[in-house]
Parts: sequence; structure tokens; C-alpha cells
Amino acid sequence: MSIESLSLSGRKKEVSNKKMTFMESLYLVAIAKGLWITLGHLFTRKVTIKYPEQTRSLSPVYRGQHMLMRDDEGRERCTACGLCALSCPAEAITMKAEERKPDEKHLYREEKYASIYEINMLRCIFCGLCEEACPKQAIYLTKSRVMVKSASNREDFIYGKEKLVMPLEMAINNTKPQMAK
Amino acid sequence: MGVRGLIDMKVTIDGQEIDVEPGTTILQAARKIGGESVPPAMCYYSKLKGSGGKCRCCLVEVSKGSEADPRPMPKLVASCVTGCMDGMEVKSISSERVLDARKSVTEFLLINHPLDCPVCDQAGECDLQNLSFKHGAAKTRFIEEKRTFEPENIGPNIQLHMNRCIVCYRCVMTADQLTDNRVHGVLNRGDHSQISTAISKAIDNEFSGNMIDVCPVGALTDKTFRFKQRVWFNKPYNAHRNCDKCCGKTTLWMFGNEIQRVTARKDEYHEVEEFICNECRFDHKDTADWVIEGPRKFEKDSVINQNNYTRHIKPVVIETEHNILLGRDKDRKKISMTGVPMKPEEQKVLKEGNV
Repeated sequence: MSIESLSLSGRKKEVSNKKMTFMESLYLVAIAKGLWITLGHLFTRKVTIKYPEQTRSLSPVYRGQHMLMRDDEGRERCTACGLCALSCPAEAITMKAEERKPDEKHLYREEKYASIYEINMLRCIFCGLCEEACPKQAIYLTKSRVMVKSASNREDFIYGKEKLVMPLEMAINNTKPQMAK
Repeated sequence: MGVRGLIDMKVTIDGQEIDVEPGTTILQAARKIGGESVPPAMCYYSKLKGSGGKCRCCLVEVSKGSEADPRPMPKLVASCVTGCMDGMEVKSISSERVLDARKSVTEFLLINHPLDCPVCDQAGECDLQNLSFKHGAAKTRFIEEKRTFEPENIGPNIQLHMNRCIVCYRCVMTADQLTDNRVHGVLNRGDHSQISTAISKAIDNEFSGNMIDVCPVGALTDKTFRFKQRVWFNKPYNAHRNCDKCCGKTTLWMFGNEIQRVTARKDEYHEVEEFICNECRFDHKDTADWVIEGPRKFEKDSVINQNNYTRHIKPVVIETEHNILLGRDKDRKKISMTGVPMKPEEQKVLKEGNV
């Protein structure tokens, strides 16, 4: 079978140049056929949604923006072990560790903490390997629909701790239901 | 024995035969063979006299005592302190009993060892980490509280984390055999035994820094490198300098152009090749002080090799038609303006603007 006569989709139709009959040249039948198809589409399932009011449900494995978690007492979990940076296939994560001072025990959970923690969001591919590698359950990819906000400067996409660490109010809210019990 | 003592003895370890000199231990014979049948060692250190026999990690099964007495040894023996006999047959990794014993020994060593590898500076080059990765159980059965010690300051260069110590005595032997005045040792007994200087004295001997390299766990670490970098993000280089106290041959752990740590060169069993002095280790953190020989190689599965693309990468050749990858010649000319000189009218338009 030659490539000209092969139909991969099975819907191939030969186009012919034959002269139309009088009835065909009135297009009445063709218009009626077309309208029938249009009418049929009124009763099929709609593929679109009314977007701003309605939103689609997220997949259970959806991975949004990263967050560095705090523990029950509001201390940062991250201990700058570097496993997230090691596992990152895009090499988006960099960090710098520092030793916790005696008066910072309420801020950081471990003896060592990340003084600088940066994710380059232009490099990040949201694969979630950092979350999987983390031995302290410190980094999570949230269900936030906001992934990376647009910006006009490349430096704006390097997210530091001020953007990544869980806000304190959120940590306080997370512990509230437990205190009620 | 007489004459026979001079002849090499034949030892079989996991079915691999080797001739060794009299006085060789099973562990040394296994290291001569190399590969999987080398028993792990946490306390034995070939450069330190009298080391070994404490951690029980290197237990092996002797299935045939010797040619003269072919009975198997009833119990597993510590290979680092058991001498070879002629015709001895040893099972190391091929024995189920040995693997089971190593698993139990690892579990015992981990009883009091804190699971703070994410914090520990030794992570990545830790013998106990390697041992538990290879021989340890996935889960702990220990629910009691781990033994802890008060942190102790032993000087500006060496950081002591007594909680992580497995009491292998390597650092004590290093101080005994390398330095002339040992100021630290093991205090107390049993569960309370503790590496310490008697009355919170600083360790400042010229060769005391070798305790760091000798320590199989993170109990003794470099204070000048404390929390600076994870070892697998450093680039290790062989380097040397003229030092009147030691050989001056070291490994530099670089990050960019910065020397973050200096250690002695370690072989595949994580034993230093030559001990270095404290001046080389702690005081020379400037690249101008060193002659860099080249990158240091590590075992293939070491985490230190992670993210180092030092392999020779061959360029990928895509076998397809020439124009598919490059596009048509006339299209290419449109894009790459520099290669194609502009026509005079085009230059005019560019200069005056297309008004």
C-alpha cells in the first residue's frame, strides 16, 4: 500500500472535482445537515467551565510552591542538611548553614539551621524530590495554586527564606485545634 | 614450624585464595584480596598499633582452622585480631551467620548513637553511616532514651560530640603514638565511658588534629569546618606544601576558590595515608599556600562524587539528515545576520529607520 492511499486515521476521504447537480448547488441539504450537527452539540456535555467562579479540582499529586515548615512550637524544622539540594535534579536549591545560638532555641529546632535557603524558581521543575529527600519533613510542596508569580527581573525568581518559610500566623493556626482538644 | 614459618601461608576467603606472610591477620589478608569480602572495621586502624578487637564489626566465620587442624572455629572471630593459619578457610560475606552478626553489631552500635546525620559534619564520610547502610536494619527496636553527655570544649580546633562516640579508642591511640603528651582519654566505665580531657583541658598538641581523621564517626570533627558545608558539596583536591613538621600531603576540600577544610589523604578503607600536622590542617586556608595536584578520586558509590560531573562526556551525535537539525540554508541566513552581510539598501534602512 502506498503512502497516498493509506489512511492512518481511517477517515480519509477522496476529494473529487465533479460538477454539482442542481439540488446540490442550492446547498439546502448541506445547510440542514450542518445545522443538525450544531443542534446536536447543544445537548452534549460541556467541556468548558465558568472559570473565575468555578475552578477545576486539583490532582491529588498536585505540587505547588515550596514551603519550609515550622514544628508545633513554631520553630523552623530545616537543619540545612543539604539533602534537598543533593536530590534536586535541576540544582535549584542552595543553602548555607549556621550554628544556633543559645538564645535562638525558640526559633530553630536543631543545633544547626539554614541561615540562607534559596530556591531558584526558574530552575525548579516542581518534581517534589526535595520533599521526598527531606529527613526532617521541613520542605513541602504546597497545594497552593500560585506556583511562581510573574516578574520582570531574573533575581526576583530566587526565593529566599522570607518567601519560603511558613508564616508564623499559619503555624499558630495549625496548633489551635490541638490546643482545643 | 621452623622452615614452614618462612613460607607464605595459603588462606581462602570466600573462595578466593591468597598467599600471605605469617603474622598477617584475616582482615589484612581480606584487604589484600579487596572487594566485597573485606570485613568492615570501626575500631581497627592499620596505622595504629594495638587497635582492633573492640567493635566486633569485622566478625568472620572460620570454616576450617588450618591444614594441621581442620576443625572449624566454634564461634565467629574478630578478623582484625585473628592471625591467619596455613590452609585456613574463611567465610566473610558468603556466610549467613556473619551477616546476621554484623546486623546485630550494627544495631548495638546504634543504640546510643544519635540519629542526627542531618546535623552531623561527618555525614557522607562516616564509617558508621556506611556500616548501617550496608549491614544495618531499616528500623530501630530501641525505645529507651539514649545516653547523653554534657558538651565539652576541648580547644579551638577540635569539636567533641561525646553523644556520637562509639568508644573505639582510635583517638586515644593516635594521641599515644603520634604525640608525646596525651591529655585526653576514656573516663568512667561501661555505658558511662566518655572521651574527655581530665579537667577540661584544651588539646593543643601539634599532631592532635589527626584525631579528627581517625574518628570513624562524628564524635571528633573539625571546629574550623563546623557546619560550613556538607562534604558532598565540596570539591576535594590533592595538594601539598613544604612543611617541616609533616609530609605536607593533604586533601583540600574546596568550595569555589575557598578552602573550607584540609584533611589528610584517606585510602579506600578511610585510613589516612600519612598523618599531617595541625599547622597544615587548621592554619593554611589560602590557596596560595598550596600546590594543587588535581582532583581527588573516591570510590564509585561514595556520596562525595554526587553532582560532580568530572567524567569525560562524549558529545552526542544525532544521526539524522543534515537539514533537519540545522534548518534550511536560506532560513538560517535570515536568523544569523552576522554571518550574512547586509545589502546596501538594508543598511540604509537600518541607519535611517524605515519611515
